[in-house]
Amino acid sequence: MSGDFQPDVVAFCCRHCAYAAADLAGGSRQSYPSAIKIVELPCTGRIDVVNVLHAFEDGADGVLIAGCLSGKCHYLKGNLYARQRVDYLRALLNEIGLDGERLRMVNISAAMGIRFAELAGEHVERVRSLGPNPLRRTTKQGAPA
Amino acid sequence: MIVAETKPLEAVARMVQGYDRVLAVGCGTCVTVCFSGGRKEVATLAASLRMKRGIEGKPLQVDEAIVQRQCEWEYIDPLADQVRQYDAVLSLGCGVGVQALAQRFPGTRVLPALDTLFMGMPSEQGVWEERCQACGACILDKTGGICPVSRCAKQLFNGPCGGSRNGRCEVDAQVLCAWHLIWERAEALGMTDALMELEPPKDWSTSRDGGPRRMLRDDLRVPREEEGDE
Repeated sequence: MSGDFQPDVVAFCCRHCAYAAADLAGGSRQSYPSAIKIVELPCTGRIDVVNVLHAFEDGADGVLIAGCLSGKCHYLKGNLYARQRVDYLRALLNEIGLDGERLRMVNISAAMGIRFAELAGEHVERVRSLGPNPLRRTTKQGAPA
Repeated sequence: MIVAETKPLEAVARMVQGYDRVLAVGCGTCVTVCFSGGRKEVATLAASLRMKRGIEGKPLQVDEAIVQRQCEWEYIDPLADQVRQYDAVLSLGCGVGVQALAQRFPGTRVLPALDTLFMGMPSEQGVWEERCQACGACILDKTGGICPVSRCAKQLFNGPCGGSRNGRCEVDAQVLCAWHLIWERAEALGMTDALMELEPPKDWSTSRDGGPRRMLRDDLRVPREEEGDE
């Protein structure tokens, strides 16, 4: 893959943990890749299969879903529902012909700013190694990366 | 409710491979509540197909529509103008919905995106179980509200058989023995004596044996004008 490929990764972040952790990372001068585009959610349980598919259809190279640690969801099981949807979606993405590895779910707490930066960096590198979303050339967002 | 599940994406993609413009039509009744053909499932299938075909370099336009019930003319008639603009219609309704669309729009190819499974209910979140086979002669009064036609693998009317093991069916250990349940229910209701009476062979003529069935209600039909006063 060409070295100048700059992936776009949409990060759906729960406001009770990952969103605050991303904020903490910034406040702590911990950089994470600019490829990460954060969408704040009230809970990862809010994420729907269609939201993730539309992100890919609109040209995202990767999607990161970041929710609370197991047992720490403010809505009890939202992060567990999200995990099940991620498993379903990864299989569906493979059927579609997009590598399911482009989607990843991570669990962190609001205090784990450094860990957020690490996980975000890891996923961006993973997506970079997979190359651009092949739909980029055909989506309404248009131009190749 | 009628329970159905989505066909594998590959199978649906194969059905629409020769087309450029497809309308995916969901149904807002049974298949919405069993999460296979509602608004979200239509959006999921449409996006999946668009992406799959986009990656293959053969873009497919998949637009989305949903009607309250695919099995009634009054709900599908408003689709008439829209349907004409597409090469094919992909129905996310049950088999009844697919056939209703095909009958109403004979000039358009109507394709099934779901496999219709059974009449049943969710026994818990995410699990659906069969409860009725529409045999046409209900005997639930005799069996404590538990149907041996749909829930006994052998459709026995004088059970249980020797394959009932600790309340489970020999055919599948996941399945509860219907006759075990019937007996427990009869005990709770104090009706075990009635179960000791031999049930004669069932008359299956009301079931599928006579071909497709029809229900008629003369009092509900649209009156014909020539039927004058008496």
